[in-house]
Amino acid sequence: MAHAAENSEVTPAILHEVKPASLPRAVLVENNRSFAWITEKICSIIEGKTPTWWWVCFILACCVASFTVAGIVYLVATGVGVWGHANPVNWAWDIVNFVFWIGIGHAGTLISAILCLLRQKWRTSINRAAEAMTIFAVVCAGIFPVFHVGRVWYAFYLFPIPNSNVIWQNFRSPLEWDVFAVSTYGTVSVLFWYVGLIPDLAVLRDRFEAAGNKLRATLYGLFAMGWRGSNRHWSNYEMAYLVLAGISTPLVLSVHTIVSFDFAVSLLPGWHTTIFPPYFVAGAIFSGFGMVLTLMLPLRAIYGLEDLITQYHIDCMCKITLATGTIVGYAYGMEFFIAWYGANPNEGFAFVNRAFGHYAWAYWIMISCNVITPQFFWFKSVRNNTSFVWILSIFVNVGMWFERFVIIVTSLARDFLPSSWGYYSPSIVEIFTFFGTFGVFSVLFLLFIRFLPIMPMAELKAVTPQADVHGGDHH
Amino acid sequence: MATSPYGLIATFDTAPEIYQAAQKVRDAGYKNWDCITPFPVHGLDGAMGLGRSLVPRISLVGGIIGFCTGMSMIFWTGAVDYKLIVGGKPFFSPMFAFPVSYELTILFTAFATIGGMFFLNGLPMHYHPVLKYKDIKRGMDDTFFIVIEARDPRFNLANTKALLEQAGGKAITELEA
Repeated sequence: MAHAAENSEVTPAILHEVKPASLPRAVLVENNRSFAWITEKICSIIEGKTPTWWWVCFILACCVASFTVAGIVYLVATGVGVWGHANPVNWAWDIVNFVFWIGIGHAGTLISAILCLLRQKWRTSINRAAEAMTIFAVVCAGIFPVFHVGRVWYAFYLFPIPNSNVIWQNFRSPLEWDVFAVSTYGTVSVLFWYVGLIPDLAVLRDRFEAAGNKLRATLYGLFAMGWRGSNRHWSNYEMAYLVLAGISTPLVLSVHTIVSFDFAVSLLPGWHTTIFPPYFVAGAIFSGFGMVLTLMLPLRAIYGLEDLITQYHIDCMCKITLATGTIVGYAYGMEFFIAWYGANPNEGFAFVNRAFGHYAWAYWIMISCNVITPQFFWFKSVRNNTSFVWILSIFVNVGMWFERFVIIVTSLARDFLPSSWGYYSPSIVEIFTFFGTFGVFSVLFLLFIRFLPIMPMAELKAVTPQADVHGGDHH
Repeated sequence: MATSPYGLIATFDTAPEIYQAAQKVRDAGYKNWDCITPFPVHGLDGAMGLGRSLVPRISLVGGIIGFCTGMSMIFWTGAVDYKLIVGGKPFFSPMFAFPVSYELTILFTAFATIGGMFFLNGLPMHYHPVLKYKDIKRGMDDTFFIVIEARDPRFNLANTKALLEQAGGKAITELEA
């Protein structure tokens, strides 16, 4: 505003009347908390005694996870036939679950990378947990295709490693692209998460050392790499973080694009559509934000993090869920339009069959959860009601699972020739394996909240008003 | 020489204080000095006179290597080492090689970025004279420090101490080497 004052002679008179609107900046850390309060709040979660609820949840999660272990052991010992796949539905729950979990991961990368590039500072309090969610979701996702290959001990054939057959991978196949996309995604997500953790691990190292806990001080210290808060380091660190955010943005978009290529590059009616890449990416972000809300709202309540995950944060997350959910709803409509407009009878049948065929129940669950649920987020009173938001987030998770089910199973069950039609139902082994992945995810997430800082302390401190070297005088 | 200190350390309580002080130390012409802050203080790089970080150049090299690795791997495996006809498609085309090369570009950029950051920062370094200072742990929490090293050509115990005092530094202490 200084410019306007200096050039007052040359500015038209009318501008003298115009006063700059003073838009208050959203408060990201409420109650004007100090730096030390933030450190204490986050570290106390790790340093305190393990709460009883944690043990209860952990044991429960281990029990649930054992279903996946049992399902996989049985599959490896017996063969892939223990799953319900049969002609013509040779891709079913395994790929549904794979796409479901990968999609969940995408919100974590969106929050950590895209919102970082867009300078959305509200991301700071949720990005650590969301990135953890990404990594654990990728772990759960990876289980399914790896075991679907059948002889899992040959799973390394997916990678171009010289083998005794001297044959190489078929790089013309989108499935091979997917191998690279998902493994790159997993690796880069872990690296990005780890880089973000380094300064906070150094804080924990120092605190455990001061508390006389040698073992944990050594372990945290080892991974903190000797971080000492030097500004010469911060300078490179911030640039590295920015570059990682810059490359993770095209990464997250490309991963779900390539996942959608698995379908779109085929010739099957209902799969062979060009709308798939953007539609899958929007759906992934939608489901991921559903999961972020599902995880963060209980954490916020349990640990009393209301000053760090404020109502403003919940509002932002709800609005992104609303926006992406509406994009998904638009894509559902557009698919139908193109099926009609394209005048291909097979394509038209595939979509009518989705909505009114044998799997109509799945289709309408999908529509209600994905198109209707997010519309509640238009209302401020809904966004302010944390329990209701949490319930809606569960519906989003359910709906997005059904979306993948509808896309994959209905298209395969009714393809070109009526003679090859079929109806797919999952076997109990598949159901157990999928059910168990929620346990696997929860075990990992519980370990994360127990042993690692659930919020990036350094980043939180940097968005507080007292971190501003100009004393809040923004230009 | 054995008794010469590593440098001088001064404490600052707030972000604006260290920002002002860093400008004074920079303007006094010091080169071998550093700020210790619990979080990246916005604008402090400029106040310290630091140039743009070199990390992106290393990232770029990583990205180029990644892209070339992807393209050449797919060319060599599919069109040179073991030609296999699949669906009448060409043995090599940059079109189908692109998704994998794209992912490898990102993967190698990530490795180069993180490796480059560690290399430029001289990390991991699990020992540093600064870490011996009794209050340094607060530099991870809510306190800010300026460290001026004795190897700086302008370093002079009395003058440097005076500069730090004049810049508002508290508890100015000699660090042992």
